Amino acid sequence: MSDTEKTAGDFREVYDRRGTMEPDFKVTSGLTPEIIRTISDEKGDPDWMREFRLKSLELYNTIPVPDWGPSLDGLNMDNIVTYVRPKSGMEHSWDDVPTEIKDTFESLGIPEAERAGLAGVGAQYDSEVVYHSVRKEVAESGVVYTDMDSALKGEHSEMVREHFMKLLPPTEHKFMALHGAVWSGGSFVYVPPNVSVEIPLQSYFRFNAAGAGQFEHTLIILDKGATLHFIEGCSAPKYNVANLHAGCVELFVGEGARLRYSTIENWSKNMYNLNSKRATVAKDGAVEWVSGSFGSHTSYLYPMSILRGEGARMEYTGITFAGAGQELDTGAQVIHAAPRTTSSITGKSLSKDGGRSTFRSSVVVNRGAYGCKTSVVCDSLMLDNKSRSDTVPVIDVRNDDVDIGYEAKIGRISEQAIYYLMSRGISEGDAKAMIVNGFAEPISKELPLEYAVEMNNLITLEMSGKR
Amino acid sequence: MSTLLEIRDLTVGVGEKIILRGLDLTINAGETHVLMGQNGTGKSTLASAIMGNPAYTVRSGSILFEGEDITNETADKRARRGLFLSFQNPEEVPGITLENFMRTAKSAVTGEKPRVMQFRKDMNAAMDKLNMPQGYASRELNVGFSGGEKKKAEILQLLLLNPKLAILDEADSGLDVDAIRIVSDGVRRYRNEGNALLIITHNAKLVEELTVDYVHVLDQKKISLTGSAELITRITEGGFAGLGDNKADKGGASASREAQ
Ligand SMILES: Nc1ncnc2c1ncn2[C@@H]1O[C@H](COP(=O)(O)OP(=O)(O)OP(=O)(O)O)[C@@H](O)[C@H]1O
Ligand SMILES: [Mg+2]
Repeated sequence: MSDTEKTAGDFREVYDRRGTMEPDFKVTSGLTPEIIRTISDEKGDPDWMREFRLKSLELYNTIPVPDWGPSLDGLNMDNIVTYVRPKSGMEHSWDDVPTEIKDTFESLGIPEAERAGLAGVGAQYDSEVVYHSVRKEVAESGVVYTDMDSALKGEHSEMVREHFMKLLPPTEHKFMALHGAVWSGGSFVYVPPNVSVEIPLQSYFRFNAAGAGQFEHTLIILDKGATLHFIEGCSAPKYNVANLHAGCVELFVGEGARLRYSTIENWSKNMYNLNSKRATVAKDGAVEWVSGSFGSHTSYLYPMSILRGEGARMEYTGITFAGAGQELDTGAQVIHAAPRTTSSITGKSLSKDGGRSTFRSSVVVNRGAYGCKTSVVCDSLMLDNKSRSDTVPVIDVRNDDVDIGYEAKIGRISEQAIYYLMSRGISEGDAKAMIVNGFAEPISKELPLEYAVEMNNLITLEMSGKR
Repeated sequence: MSTLLEIRDLTVGVGEKIILRGLDLTINAGETHVLMGQNGTGKSTLASAIMGNPAYTVRSGSILFEGEDITNETADKRARRGLFLSFQNPEEVPGITLENFMRTAKSAVTGEKPRVMQFRKDMNAAMDKLNMPQGYASRELNVGFSGGEKKKAEILQLLLLNPKLAILDEADSGLDVDAIRIVSDGVRRYRNEGNALLIITHNAKLVEELTVDYVHVLDQKKISLTGSAELITRITEGGFAGLGDNKADKGGASASREAQ
C-alpha cells in the first residue's frame, strides 16, 4: 500500500464516522403543514417566517419534479426527516460543544483550521448550528458573522427579512420551495462598507442523520467596497438510505465589493444534493466561485451570477468528479444585465467506473448590456470506457456588441501519458492519480492550501475506488 | 562482465502488424551500443518493447534484465529495476510540475523519499549542466516545451534517476549544435563502468565524444548488421544502401515492409 492510498483510507474513515448520539428532537418523516408548524414552533420563528414556510409548502406541492436532469426517482420525500436537532446549543466555544460532536469536527480539522487562519467559523450538525465564532478584531470592524437563527431574531432581523430568498425565491424550483418550507441553520454574514476581511470565514456542514434532509441557508451581504473570502465545506457518513441536501446560498455583492466563495462539497454516495446558489453583483463588484463537487448519488448544482451593475465581474472555476453509480449534473450560469460586465467560466469534469458527469453552462447577455465579455471553457476527462462526461452550453446573446469565447474539450485519460509516468517507476494507480490531480490543478491552485490538500485527497480517494 | 539486457528471438507487433521478428540483442554493463536504421524500421518499437509500452505486444521471445525475465512486467517495475528510456516524443502532462514529477519518480525508483532541499540542489546542479534555466523546474511537465527543451528534460531525468541501462531514442533530434554538445556531455557524465547505453540516432554528432562499443543496424524487422564504431561513419557518409553485401537488398526490404 502506497502512502497516498493510506491517506485516502484515513480520509474515508474520518468522513464515514457516524455519530451515535441520539438527537435532541426530530420531526416525523414526510411533509405536511403539521410538520412545518412543528419545525416553526421548535425554532421559535417570527410570524412572517412561519407564514413563509407554509406558503412555500403549498408551492412545493404544486411544482413538478424537474424532468430535464438526472433521475430523482430514488428520492421519496415521505421517507425524509426534514428537521433533526442535535443535543447541543449554539455555542461560542468548542469546549461547550458536546464531546462527540466536537470530536467529529476535530477529526475533520475544523478547530485546527480556525486556529491556523480563519477569521471566523460556523459549524452545523444536522439541522442546527452548534458553534459560531468570529475573531474579536474582525467583529470590531463591524463584520457580522452568525448563525441564521440568531440573525433572524437578533438586531439584523430586518436585513435578513429584506434579503431572505429574494434572489432564490421558493417559486424558483421545487426544491427551493422545499427549502423555504423546512430550512434550518446556515450562516449570515454582513461586511460593512470598505471593510476588507483579510483571512477567510468558513462554515462547515456536517450531516450525520440517516434518512434525513439538511436545508441550511447561507446569506452573505457585502456592502460597498467590502471584500471577503467565504469557504463552505460539508461532509456526511454513508448510509443505505437516501439523504437529501437542499441548501440555499444567496450572495449580495455591493458596489465595488469583492466576494470569493469557495466550496468543497464532499457528500456520501447516498445523498441527493439539490443545492442552489446565486449571487447578484452591483457596479464594479466581483464574485468569484471556486467549487469542487465530490460524492453524492445525484447532484444538481448550477451557481448563478447576476451582473446587475456596470462593470461587474464574475469568475467560476469548478471541478466535478463522478464515480461508480453517481450522476453529477453541475455547471455555472451568468446573466449579463448591465453594460461592460465580464464573466469567465472554467468547468472541469471527471468520470470514472461508469459515473456520469454533465457540465451545463449558461450565459445570457441582455439587450442593453453592451460591451460585455464572456468566456466559457469546459474540459472533461473520462477515466475509462464505461464512464460518461457531457458538456451542455447555452449562450443567449441579445445585442451585437459582445465578446464571446467558448471552448469545450472531451477526452479520455491518455494511455501514453500513463505509460510515460510509469516508465519513470511510478505505479499505474499513482500515475493516473497524478494525471487527474494535474487536470484538477487549475482549481486546486485557487484554493487555500489546506483545502487544496483536501481536494487532492478526495481525488486520490475517488481514484482508489474506496469511496 | 555482467549482462544487463538480453533479448532473445523477440517478435513484436502492434495490433495485427508485426514490426520486429526474431530479434536478438545483448548489452553488458560498461558498454555503449548505437542502434541505427532507416525511418520506420522499428527502432522506437524496440525501445518501447524493452521499456514495456503496453501499446506494443511481444508475440514471442523474451527480454531478460540482469538475468530475470521481464517480458511481461509493467513499465514501472522495469524502471525500478534500473531501465530508462529517453523518449523520441516525450508526453506533455498538464498540471504536474517538472520538479514534482521528478521527485515522485526519484522516490519511486529508489523506494525512499528524497529530501526536498537536497533534491532541489541536485536538480538545480543538473539543470545548470544542461544549460536549462531553473524556472523550468516549476513549469508543467513538457507542456509548451520546445522540441529541444523536451529532449533536455529527458536527459535531466536520466541524470537524476541514474539508471543501470539507459535507452536514448533520438535524444539529439531537434537539438541545435550547442545543445547536442551539452546533451552529449551529460550522457558522458552519466556513463560509468557499471551501467550501459543504447543510443538510437541518425546522427554521428551525439556519439562523437563517446566510446562506442557496438553499432547495430535494424532492417527487415531484426538487427541485420553489427559492427564497430566506424560503421557510423560509413552510414552517415554512404547511407544504408552503401553497406554492401552484409545488407539485404533495399528494394526488396521496403517492398516487403509495405506488403505487411
Ligand atoms: N502504435 C503504432 N500503431 C501502428 N503502427 C505503428 C505503431 N508504432 C509503430 N508503428 C509502425 O511500425 C513501424 C516502426 O516504427 P518505429 O517508430 O519503431 O520506427 P523507427 O525505426 O523508430 O523510425 P524513426 O527513425 O522514424 O523514428 C512504422 O512503420 C510505424 O508506422
Ligand atoms: Mg523512432
